[in-house]
Amino acid sequence: MSKNLRINNKQFVDETRKLSFIFNGKKLYGYKGDTLASALLSNDIHLVGRSFKYHRPRGIMTSGSEEPNAILQIGNDDALTDPNVRATEIELYDGLICNSQNCWPSVKFDIGGINNFLSPLLPAGFYYKTFMWPASFWEKYEYFIRKSAGLGKSPTKQDPDMYDHRYMHCDILIVGGGVSGLIAAKIASDDNKKVLLLEDKELLGGSLIYDDNDISKIDNQKSSEWLKKLIENIKNDKNIIIKTRTSLAAYHNYNFLLARQNLTDHLSVNDRNNKIRQRLYKIRAKKVIISTGAIERPQVFHNNDRPGIMLASAVKKYIDYYGVRCGLENVIFTNNDSAYETALSLHKSGTKLNAIIDIRDNSSSEIVNKVKSLGIQIYWNHTVVNTKGYKRINKIIIMKLNDKGNDVIGKKIELNCDCLAISGGWTPMVHLFTQSGGKLRFDNKDNIFVPDKTNLDQLSIGSAKGDFELDDVLKNSIKDTKKFLNIENSNFDKIDVKCSKEKEKKNIWLLPSDRPLSKTKPFLDYQNDSTAKDIKLALREGFKSIEHVKRYTTTGMGTDQGKLANMHALGIVADTTNTNMGDLGTTTFRPPYTPLTFGTIVGRNVGQFFDIFRKTPMHEWHVENNAKFENVGQWKRAWYYPKDGETMHDAVQRESKAARESSGILDASTLGKIDIQGTDANEFLNRVYTNAWSKLQIGKCRYGLMLNEDGMVYDDGVTTRLSENHYLMTTTTGGAANVMSKLEDYLQTEWPELDVFLTSVTDHYATASVCGPNAKKIINKIFKDLDLSDESFPHMSFKEVKLGEINCRVMRISFTGELSYEINVEASYGKYIWEKCIEAGKEFNITPYGTETMHLLRAEKGFIIVGQDTDGTMTPVDLQMDWIISKKKYDFIGKRSLYRSDTIREDRKQLVGLLTDDPNEILEEGAQIVKDENKKPVDMLGHVTSSYFSPTLKKSIALAVLKEGKQLKGQKLLVPMIDKTIKVTVSDTIFLDKENERING
Amino acid sequence: MFLINCPYCGERDQSEFVSGGEAHIARPKQPTELNDDQWAEYLFMRKNIKGIQFERWNHAHGCRKWFNVARDTSNDKIEKIYKMGEQPPKI
Repeated sequence: MSKNLRINNKQFVDETRKLSFIFNGKKLYGYKGDTLASALLSNDIHLVGRSFKYHRPRGIMTSGSEEPNAILQIGNDDALTDPNVRATEIELYDGLICNSQNCWPSVKFDIGGINNFLSPLLPAGFYYKTFMWPASFWEKYEYFIRKSAGLGKSPTKQDPDMYDHRYMHCDILIVGGGVSGLIAAKIASDDNKKVLLLEDKELLGGSLIYDDNDISKIDNQKSSEWLKKLIENIKNDKNIIIKTRTSLAAYHNYNFLLARQNLTDHLSVNDRNNKIRQRLYKIRAKKVIISTGAIERPQVFHNNDRPGIMLASAVKKYIDYYGVRCGLENVIFTNNDSAYETALSLHKSGTKLNAIIDIRDNSSSEIVNKVKSLGIQIYWNHTVVNTKGYKRINKIIIMKLNDKGNDVIGKKIELNCDCLAISGGWTPMVHLFTQSGGKLRFDNKDNIFVPDKTNLDQLSIGSAKGDFELDDVLKNSIKDTKKFLNIENSNFDKIDVKCSKEKEKKNIWLLPSDRPLSKTKPFLDYQNDSTAKDIKLALREGFKSIEHVKRYTTTGMGTDQGKLANMHALGIVADTTNTNMGDLGTTTFRPPYTPLTFGTIVGRNVGQFFDIFRKTPMHEWHVENNAKFENVGQWKRAWYYPKDGETMHDAVQRESKAARESSGILDASTLGKIDIQGTDANEFLNRVYTNAWSKLQIGKCRYGLMLNEDGMVYDDGVTTRLSENHYLMTTTTGGAANVMSKLEDYLQTEWPELDVFLTSVTDHYATASVCGPNAKKIINKIFKDLDLSDESFPHMSFKEVKLGEINCRVMRISFTGELSYEINVEASYGKYIWEKCIEAGKEFNITPYGTETMHLLRAEKGFIIVGQDTDGTMTPVDLQMDWIISKKKYDFIGKRSLYRSDTIREDRKQLVGLLTDDPNEILEEGAQIVKDENKKPVDMLGHVTSSYFSPTLKKSIALAVLKEGKQLKGQKLLVPMIDKTIKVTVSDTIFLDKENERING
Repeated sequence: MFLINCPYCGERDQSEFVSGGEAHIARPKQPTELNDDQWAEYLFMRKNIKGIQFERWNHAHGCRKWFNVARDTSNDKIEKIYKMGEQPPKI
């Protein structure tokens, strides 16, 4: 590079460590300590991207998170590439690869740039207005709009990086490690508080740390020197935990905050191996101090977006911190004193400053007087009316303002300029304050929104609160922090601060031009290409609310979330509609403050940690025996066990045939199990189930149906009386947790007088269910001494028996209609007892079956599955289970609802059986049932809830819910499918063994 | 994310709790004596107010105890926590 843009000997950049990087295919160099932006600028590269809509050339504009233009694609790996990374925030590392976004074929020659010349045809709302008609064209439009939407490219492969979450607790959280945050941290620490200090940059100190002017003095030292001593002090303070490269993402109620720490993004790719990339801190703070500072505003004038136009504060930081000149023909354009610090920095570094344009009439502050004394030309009461240079600014044109500041007068003056440093004042970063629910107040003097009311224990200090001059920042921070922490004295009480004081203020939201507004491009939101014209158009078209104006013009909707644009948009709306800005309010600030990667949000909860898998004690056996699994709640349940390439249908046919003809075995461990004890346990069951429990003898089992208070079926299962005051309730697999909490709720809140204790024992027991005509022989082989005769061990009864040292609870209950025994053992013996059954059943071809076969077997018997045949709108009467509703009991949960006017309607949907006219035709679950498909609109009478092909009956069977179903038995109905209509006949819900003879083997 | 001071365990993160809706709606002792409207009043009608709301919370991932909370719905501030069976505070 021929131009000398590096100023040597800067303390924050290590010029002994040269780093190479590749920008748009070209190899360039920077130093350790550079950001990507400062390294690009040191190579005289301003043009880094194209704008979203008009594809105008855009350059680096800022030095922080507010950057709208310099957003790049980092990396070229399909898994690791990162879109929309702000060059101003990413630290340079060796081997960094980056590319411009939103341009083709290159950032220097971009075909999309034609949009710039078409821009009169592309006003705000262009897409909304144009692509509406004709409606049938939408799919064609969509293809092109999607192509042009978005900026960067998402990675296409799985994120290989590791992310982490961590909880933090502290007395005082301080967000922002600038001078006010540091002072607050020290005051809090001196008061023996546990302090957590977050700083999003690599180093503490904010903007004061590189302040190099001789006017600002603290305790008679150069302010930056004074600050360095404070930082050393704080680093050695045991009460203060410092997290740098950590930005606060969200501030929630109750002082709960989320912060993201970057751990490896600044390292060269090779140094990142096996390291956690980012960590999300979940912070609970007793008190929060926000010291996030302020961001500089641009000014809004014609062609204010050319590469080379930058915020004045950024130009200063690139010189004073990174040692990089942004141009060799600098001009400053300001409405306030702060840009004069940039003038001094330029002067001190020997960089040419052609002129300062100030829209004010004069300024008499110390700093401006100093600049005046250096002989720098200042154009008072002037404004920039145009800029020139397509890919880099090369000239500006200025004119004098009239008295009102709404027009320009006099002659045009043309100035050479390759870097225009603009300043429109400062905006406090109140994002976190408002995210936390705080209300803002508009300050008419400085034209800023400042924190006002909050319900939380929090404080804003420094320029985040609206103090911009060093003495105000320091003295108010000290005073406010002491008050906030209830402290009488601090070590800062005698601080002596000297600084320049601004006296003259002037603000014009939209600067006038010599051209009519319609012929200008005064940009507000650089990223989304919305201009002052667009705001005015939205207002003309009737949008009044600032939230509507924002969405119509897309102002503030880019990845920078309008950090630069929003205040001007509000100002222009206020001016145009003659409203006070305070009355207008702001758009909503939403988390995250800066974008987060999904990886950071999910942390370790990926892959097998995404959700818990629950496995039964027999799980390994199922895996070894080739089971296919289905998810039931969090459980992995064996679904079916295909043999030799069987389809699911074939496997289920084989399994169910075996269960009916000889024997089958099911892993029923997932069923919910609740241990119920207490002297009122029996009364409790009477209240929660619809049927009567008073007469259930010890050692007997009973099926129960549980309703919600609204009368709808909630859960079902078999409960066994183990002893006088001890019961074991089973619930559905999916309903276990809900049933448990519902029962606990009633016990604690409605019936605290009952002596009942509930314990969830689902995980404590494993259950093997052996069924089929040969079940008794198999059980007999295992428990040789157990009397299995119908007299001693009838259906719906229970025996406790030992197998060696293992306690077994054997229940003779059946969900298949076959003779069936369920063996419950402590979970650790689950696999053992399962294998024991398999071994004993070998000679009877015992066949393991999964949930699919279980569903088929129970459907043949017309047994419901809560949640499949019911959906929260079915009463027991709807299910044709009237028999289970006790007529004698005075009350049970849901009883009163069973005779509400709605639940006694005759035309409710009711559970029925369906048989297809063609016995080989299997209905689809969920299919709609109609009577007449020609009458439009077609009346939907109900739908299929369960459907199978029964190998035992050799025909298709289905359960369905049907309007007035009970009346429709024998009726012919239709199930229309996409390619055919299936004829069905309404039947009974029990298809097999109506006499219940199989239950006895 | 609230911090909730469980009357049995102390202050815990909201993620340990579940909300159980409006408090102080006692289940009628004699439901069968009620007409449809009275039963519907118990079953379905709930307040949705801006301001202090009395609600039930359960320390589901802790001691599993139910208790009452007086919460300001406009800012989620918890004014008072009290046990089941206790009278709502005057706020």
